[in-house]
Amino acid sequence: MHIDKDLVAASATPLVLGILAEGESYGYAIVRRVNELSDGRMQWTDGMLYPLLHRLERNGLVRASWGRSDAGRRRKHYAITEAGLEALAERHEQWKVVAEALRQVWEAAAHPPRPGAAPAGGFA
Amino acid sequence: MTTEPARGNVLEEQIGQWRGFVRRRQAISAPDIEEMEDHLREQIADLESSGLDSEEAFLVAVKRMGNLDAVSREFAREHSHRLWKQLVLVPEADGGPGARRWRELGVMLAFAVGAGVAVKILVSAVDDEMALLRNLPFVVLPFLAGWFAWKSRAPWRVCAVTAALAAVPALAVNLYPFTQTPGPYPAPGMTEVLAFTHAPVLLWLLAGVLHTGGRWRSHEQRMDYVRFAGELAMYLALLALGSMVLLGLTAAVLSLAGVDLEPFMEDWLLPFGVPGALLVAAWLVEAKKSVVENIAPVLTRVFTPLALLMLVADLVVLLVNGPLTTVDRELLIIMDAVLVLVLFLLLYSISARDPLAPTGIFDWLQLALVGAALAVNAVALTAMLTRIAEFGFTANKTAALGLNLVLLVHLAWSAWLLLGFVRGRRPFTAVERWQTAYLPVYAVWAAVVVLVFPPMFAFA
Repeated sequence: MHIDKDLVAASATPLVLGILAEGESYGYAIVRRVNELSDGRMQWTDGMLYPLLHRLERNGLVRASWGRSDAGRRRKHYAITEAGLEALAERHEQWKVVAEALRQVWEAAAHPPRPGAAPAGGFA
Repeated sequence: MTTEPARGNVLEEQIGQWRGFVRRRQAISAPDIEEMEDHLREQIADLESSGLDSEEAFLVAVKRMGNLDAVSREFAREHSHRLWKQLVLVPEADGGPGARRWRELGVMLAFAVGAGVAVKILVSAVDDEMALLRNLPFVVLPFLAGWFAWKSRAPWRVCAVTAALAAVPALAVNLYPFTQTPGPYPAPGMTEVLAFTHAPVLLWLLAGVLHTGGRWRSHEQRMDYVRFAGELAMYLALLALGSMVLLGLTAAVLSLAGVDLEPFMEDWLLPFGVPGALLVAAWLVEAKKSVVENIAPVLTRVFTPLALLMLVADLVVLLVNGPLTTVDRELLIIMDAVLVLVLFLLLYSISARDPLAPTGIFDWLQLALVGAALAVNAVALTAMLTRIAEFGFTANKTAALGLNLVLLVHLAWSAWLLLGFVRGRRPFTAVERWQTAYLPVYAVWAAVVVLVFPPMFAFA
């Protein structure tokens, strides 16, 4: 399934913050986790993750440190900060509102009122 | 792993090629490439373990990484100190980068000549030296602002509003009924001098609105303007030095032949050369960005410790030799100058600093510098306040004291934020944000001195 890129972009920050809230991680593992969570239906452009991570780091929402992979390569690890947890909670509240509003819209769309059945005395 | 060595070598070669491709994007730095390469290798290993051969795995992994142009644009957008590289990276469709550069040079020269002609007209139109001085910024800076507007493609509405705002101080300094001190040699009054020294500051900040292309609310754009101003000052200093050497030598040679250079210099060289140098410097900052970009951090690193030493020495002398004997507005002006110097050092090291770099000794030094400046200022101010209470406020004292207050708030809060940063409580962006958020306060203060002070102090 193709997901609109604006939707992917809007959900990227809370997804990354949420995944990091589960524990320290690094770029590729984050992408893999997103795939797991969405059953492979959300495809990110992997390269775009890094500018996003750097923005979160600059704003103090995550902290980065260089470590080593099992194969001995240098690898940058990211961990969420206090400010990051706060931002995540805030995003959570925002998404709850959006999701609730959408839920009502989906429900209404599933039982549409019959068009043309305007009550008497309506606009002619 | 059981891959045969030849296979592994092919893969290594391909990854090497990919790395070379990415390295050409100037917006992506070496550590960023390393990070992405690690990603690529993991992805390849995963794909291989699910049955793809290494070549297929490489192709899929590179495809998932995304279009390199788009990715590097995103990097450039995030790392605003690499922002200009975006321009290098996305060549314009019309005529390519070469043609664009020539057109830019042409437009800049046109603005430079325009500024020269405007100065020349002003000089021949007014014979009062005071009127000349106070109108100079109003005829030169519009050309610089015009160059900004052209370069950043500012929308015409922004240009119109900025021009209208700039017209207010222009009218004020020319139409206010300033009184001159009586006597055989009339000197300009206090409020008049204050008005025309503060007007250029106001104009400069208004020009900044055009430099940002109308996006003056953006902190990144404002920081870019701060950086631009610093580099412009450096280029101007270099150009001025070079021109003086050249002029001196020329004058010496010409005088041997009995030709006096001075009339030509006063009539043509200065009116065209000085505004011209300003525009050429502005063009150089944008065209040769990486040159000074590398010098600014070095200079701030050299001068921050030296300035700290100077301030500590000042503080010791003030405390040991106190109480101060000559506490007058001169002292206030010196203190303002000290604070401005510290502020410039702070601003330029902040604008040149990589916000992601970890806290270092230099950040502590900077904090010490701001702290020392605040301490020196506090000692001088306490001495000053008693005197002002005794003799009352004049326009000059109020202006100096007001500026001191404006600077004090700026530096004190910077120090507080810096302290949070060096102790790891706050990201560096907080410090950066404060600098750019505070900039409009200077415009407001300058506007108050230009527009409100003269009527408040009866145009004296």
